[in-house]
Amino acid sequence: MLATETKIAGTTLHHATAALAEADRLMTVCNSCRYCEGLCAVFPAMEMRRSFADGDLNYLANLCHSCGACFYDCQFSPPHAFAVNVPKVLAQVRNESYARYAWPRALAPAFARNGVTIATVAALSVAVFLFGFMLSNDPGTLFSKQTGEGAFYRLMPHNAMALVFSAALLYTLVAMGMGLRAFWRDIGETRETLRVPDYNAQASRDALSLRYLDGGGAGCMNVDEKPTKDRRRLYHHLTFYGFMLCFASTSTATLYHYLLGREAPYPIWDLPVVLGTLGGIGLVIGPLGLLRAKADRDPILCEESGRGMEQAFILMLLALGVTGLALLVFRATPAMGTLLAIHLGAVFGFFLTMPYGKFVHGLYRYAALVRSAKERESLHEPSPSAARALAKTSPKAAS
Amino acid sequence: MIGGGNAALCAAISARREGASVLVLEASSAFWRGGNTRHTRNMRCAHDEATEILTGPYTEDEFFEDLLRVTKGKTDEVLARHMIHESKAMLTWIAEQGVRWQPSLGGTLSLGRTNSFFLGGGRAMLNALYATAERLGVEIRYEAEVTDLVIEDGMFISATMKDGEMVTAGALVAAAGGFESNITWLKQYWGEAADNFLIRGTGNNKGTILKLLLDKGVQEVGDPTQCHAVAIDARAPKYDGGIITRLDCVVFGIVVNKNAERFYDEGEDIWPKRYAIWGRLVAAQPDQIAYIIFDASSLKLFMPSLYPPIAAGTIPELACELGLDPDALRKTVNDFNAAVQPGTFDDKILDDCRTEGLSPPKTHWARRIEVAPFYAYPVRPGITFTYLGTRVNKEARMLMADGRPAANIFAAGEIMAGNVLGEGYAAGIGMTIGAVFGRIAGREAARNARN
Ligand SMILES: Cc1cc2nc3c(=O)[nH]c(=O)nc-3n(C[C@H](O)[C@H](O)[C@H](O)COP(=O)(O)OP(=O)(O)OC[C@H]3O[C@@H](n4cnc5c(N)ncnc54)[C@H](O)[C@@H]3O)c2cc1C
Ligand code: SF4
Ligand code: SF4
Repeated sequence: MLATETKIAGTTLHHATAALAEADRLMTVCNSCRYCEGLCAVFPAMEMRRSFADGDLNYLANLCHSCGACFYDCQFSPPHAFAVNVPKVLAQVRNESYARYAWPRALAPAFARNGVTIATVAALSVAVFLFGFMLSNDPGTLFSKQTGEGAFYRLMPHNAMALVFSAALLYTLVAMGMGLRAFWRDIGETRETLRVPDYNAQASRDALSLRYLDGGGAGCMNVDEKPTKDRRRLYHHLTFYGFMLCFASTSTATLYHYLLGREAPYPIWDLPVVLGTLGGIGLVIGPLGLLRAKADRDPILCEESGRGMEQAFILMLLALGVTGLALLVFRATPAMGTLLAIHLGAVFGFFLTMPYGKFVHGLYRYAALVRSAKERESLHEPSPSAARALAKTSPKAAS
Repeated sequence: MIGGGNAALCAAISARREGASVLVLEASSAFWRGGNTRHTRNMRCAHDEATEILTGPYTEDEFFEDLLRVTKGKTDEVLARHMIHESKAMLTWIAEQGVRWQPSLGGTLSLGRTNSFFLGGGRAMLNALYATAERLGVEIRYEAEVTDLVIEDGMFISATMKDGEMVTAGALVAAAGGFESNITWLKQYWGEAADNFLIRGTGNNKGTILKLLLDKGVQEVGDPTQCHAVAIDARAPKYDGGIITRLDCVVFGIVVNKNAERFYDEGEDIWPKRYAIWGRLVAAQPDQIAYIIFDASSLKLFMPSLYPPIAAGTIPELACELGLDPDALRKTVNDFNAAVQPGTFDDKILDDCRTEGLSPPKTHWARRIEVAPFYAYPVRPGITFTYLGTRVNKEARMLMADGRPAANIFAAGEIMAGNVLGEGYAAGIGMTIGAVFGRIAGREAARNARN
């Protein structure tokens, strides 16, 4: 008997979706193997558990950075009959989890055909701004050259701009906060954990350096088993820090406006412009690189249902960068009015769709890293460092 | 180089670094390359000090003593000492070829001082070796199974591939594994029982090259029945089930055969030391099947494995699930329970929980099996690799039957493991044999080809 029956079950009988059931099966395989333990935070977290309920799997899935290393390092990846494909299955679980945590619940379907949703909202919001500008300004102002302090606000009063965007941002923050709450409850964490400074410090270091997007030190794998071909970490840094610089640029401008009473546009050498230019460049090169990496990705790793969402998000970021830079370059020409409307429309669309698109990955990833920091501490085990991967004699360890 | 695992790749890289032009002929496709190497996780190397990944020193002498103990002295001392000495340099050499080390994995603390683990496991290690070999200009051909060799008077002339293509070379390194996946060959020694063996690694190590070499006058080494065999989950696939079908729970319960009778002391020694005897023990039982029986109190004490245990509310029900005689199993468990003496259970040491007046006894970790639900894992012999091989000298050069060294034929890895391993096994030594002798074989083959 038995020798022919090779079905592998997971640890838990009931799962909300097929992807979660498959993730349970894979984690059962990995837990009896553990070869990938040094690659990232997912495997050590997995090893702390013996069974995998949906909450556990959602946590593990959001901890995964999709670096791809565990696929090419795995002796059981397809065509092996065990068909272990951790990056793909965790991506599937992760993407499903975004919809599950969406607030309000009624908007969860926005994730289903996310590319279309995002494109529609973005287009509408650009249209609204263009149309709004046309209605509220006479063609002479909108399509003529505007220069000097307050040029932008001749088209849209500063207070109106600030009001509209603050409202959008506020809504977004509330929606994402509710999403975070749903995630945190689902994985079974307490509020206290999220408040511990040490865990947050560790999670911030891990997130800001993209520590786990490097295959445990060997580098990530995207196209094949050779880590040298993957530059996703660089492009992600350009995108993220580009975005942050743009954000810093807007924030400084707001401070200038209210504290110093200085109105945009600012001279080329001034802080908001410098920050915005650098950020804009990052927001163009970064997303282009990421798009390229997506196109190059080994099809076997690709989680098809998430493709639209990922592309929409990257294109949206690219649009922010391109329209922002265009506005800077052409701000002293008659095109300024139109460009301003497009840029503001893009930013507004981006704000509105933040809780309903790939943006949330950063939020849940960060929260997962906080929990990971806590769990590692409870193990009294320092996280693996790249240095430990090399067999150098260490005077410290000689005892 | 014939083969495409650790041994062949170390040989290829080392030969290339010596300036030779190198062709690797691997029977499998790219995914399955390095048949058994892709399943590994660590390598045992001597070192005089702790490193960032190894918790303490492991001297050459200690390594050699371990080897003597596990092989019961059946090892070629000169070769073994040479290998152990050379293993020291391996920690750096392997890393220089792009392989990354990491500390011992969760659940393998007992190996933290002696064994260096590969970051990402054996396939990651192999990927790094292949990338380095390719970068250095080694030519690699997949699906290039060698089916014939022309050897004249200890001199390699040419190799023929399955498609009939013939290649000549100045020297040959045979690194094509043992014959563990050749059930017909295994049957010569094990009889029909071999049909019930599961092969833990590749289905490609059929021993074709080993057989050709032995037939063409190379000296044989090792006992053909000796191999590394462990008890693995009987539900594992015939080939390539790998590490995840192993079971670490023998010490927590009792092991019965298909007649529901116990047959060996389950608590003989600390588990890692006993790990490798259970394959042979189960192979000697009727139908080569056995069942590890334990209760709820032990369920979480050992590493999880791939398949869930079979569970039941009572021992007779469990017997029915397993297809065993319920009364017989109940009697075996009752007799065992009655013989268990009081003691303090501790699975980290040889504790004082033992049976009295039971045959065979359970000398440690004996606790009554009484807390429902009851569990069982069916197990079969899982063959890791065979030890019969070609005899070599310190240059990894094969010796011919008459004792003369071959002119230009070298061996590394499983195909010559029997030189060092007469019997028994020490975790991680398979990779040491492949890497150390691979590196030597490549270097010597390159020098040989040049002269
Ligand atoms: C599940 C498992 C776990 C293991 N874990 C460890 C471990 O952690 N540490 C350790 O030290 N050892 C371990 N071992 C043992 C280890 O795998 C072997 O000792 C080692 O990989 C042997 O290397 P090799 O290069 O000789 O053989 P392999 O890696 O098996 O390579 C032999 C190659 O030769 C090819 N070949 C065969 N015949 C031909 C032919 N006629 N023509 C061309 N090519 C041919 C095969 O396709 C194969 O790829 C493990 C083994 C298994 C099965
Ligand atoms: S991905 Fe594969 S190699 Fe890695 S832990 Fe899981 S089963 Fe093991
Ligand atoms: S982060 Fe990388 S190694 Fe870790 S699970 Fe995800 S894909 Fe695998």
